Amino acid sequence: MANFVVDKDGIKHYLVSITINGILHTRMIKANSLLVNFLREDLDLTGTKRACEQGDCGACTVLLDGKPVNSCMILTISVNGREITTVEGLAADAKLDILQEKFIEHAAPQCGFCAPGILMSAKALLLNNPRPTEHQVRDAIAGNLCRCTGYIHYVEAVLDAAASQQEREG
Amino acid sequence: MYLRDFEYYTPESVEEACRVLAEHGSKARAIAGGTDLLVKMKNDLLAPEVLVGIGHLPELKKIEHVPGKGVVIGAGVTHNDIQNSKVLQEKYLSVAEAAHQLANNQVRNLGTVGGNISNAVPSADLPPILIALDTTARIVGTGGERTLPLEEVFTGPNQTVLRDDELITEFIIPDNGFTGSTYLKYSLRASGALALVGVAAAVMLEDDLLKDVRIVLGAVSPVPMRTINAENMLRGKPVNTGLFEEAGVVASAICRPISDIRASAEYRMDMVRIYTRRALQKAVAEGHV
Repeated sequence: MANFVVDKDGIKHYLVSITINGILHTRMIKANSLLVNFLREDLDLTGTKRACEQGDCGACTVLLDGKPVNSCMILTISVNGREITTVEGLAADAKLDILQEKFIEHAAPQCGFCAPGILMSAKALLLNNPRPTEHQVRDAIAGNLCRCTGYIHYVEAVLDAAASQQEREG
Repeated sequence: MYLRDFEYYTPESVEEACRVLAEHGSKARAIAGGTDLLVKMKNDLLAPEVLVGIGHLPELKKIEHVPGKGVVIGAGVTHNDIQNSKVLQEKYLSVAEAAHQLANNQVRNLGTVGGNISNAVPSADLPPILIALDTTARIVGTGGERTLPLEEVFTGPNQTVLRDDELITEFIIPDNGFTGSTYLKYSLRASGALALVGVAAAVMLEDDLLKDVRIVLGAVSPVPMRTINAENMLRGKPVNTGLFEEAGVVASAICRPISDIRASAEYRMDMVRIYTRRALQKAVAEGHV
């Protein structure tokens, strides 16, 4: 059972420790804290977007132990002790991830609201499958809706990123 | 969208989870992946005062073949766990493929098979194929445990036989002798759409004879539905596409779909006819391998 304190209204606040982008965050949260709100409001990691809020659109996609999930559908308390990667965790040492580079090169995002989620779905795909087929790319981002409907550039950018990554790693 | 306040328990075992559920009765709900429950809570269709987390319990996480028993699928495995399971890909590819038909990758990484079944949505993708393979559900509560054929777990849309303190802990697909099986889903989009019609078929072939057959429909009745009449007309007969078409007509006549924003009842019935035939053809094609 997680440790908790009870506030003046009788509501429990639970102690959680979650590793986010490699940094361990320890906070007191209420049971009704949703991961997407925890990231955006408690940690100011606003790259993760909130849109449909019922698991349909993928704008809030983050990686949970390396797997893409909708952070709007996760109770923060349920990921106590786990590892989360958000879009802020992609670029390391001020160097963009290959996917981010290729998204820019292909002008893939239009309004850009779905881009962080698509980046995370694509990242998870390439971690597991460095040389995906076009069908596999489409399947991997099928849970990410783009209201600008600019899917084709995203698919091309992900395929290009996979090819470039392969080339660089020889 | 924000959630009302509730208390959250993190039990260390199924036994403890059942005890906490029993203590709080109808005010409590178990939560695993949360992909159905949290949507209902956000829309104020449910307002539990206590949530009992069970998604982390290791005892619910296995997929294994136990000789003499069958394939045991823990209720806490996700749809992607099922899709990626070597055991299922080898023994029941149809189940692994059916899991991939659900929603999208993000939801499949969270949503569990136990949750999918316990929510008892008529259009759910896993029940038809699991019922076609004679799957049973092991149910544990504070008063002990019971094992039921999966089709008897469902009592109506969003309703099951589960009592407040009971959890499904595992599903068992017995070594049943079915040599071919498949689940076909018909929906309005390739991904992220609910089934308008789902048809699962399992066949046991002996040369060209259909020794046994199961046909189970999803999304076209209040609960997943076995089409006993269609099965009976096929059992013991030689494989014959004309006969599959007739079985489709029978299945179409006995299903009870609703008309809604996605499709009319008449359309769904006609699709049952076609998808029943196709499911039988595909199951038989696999059964010959």
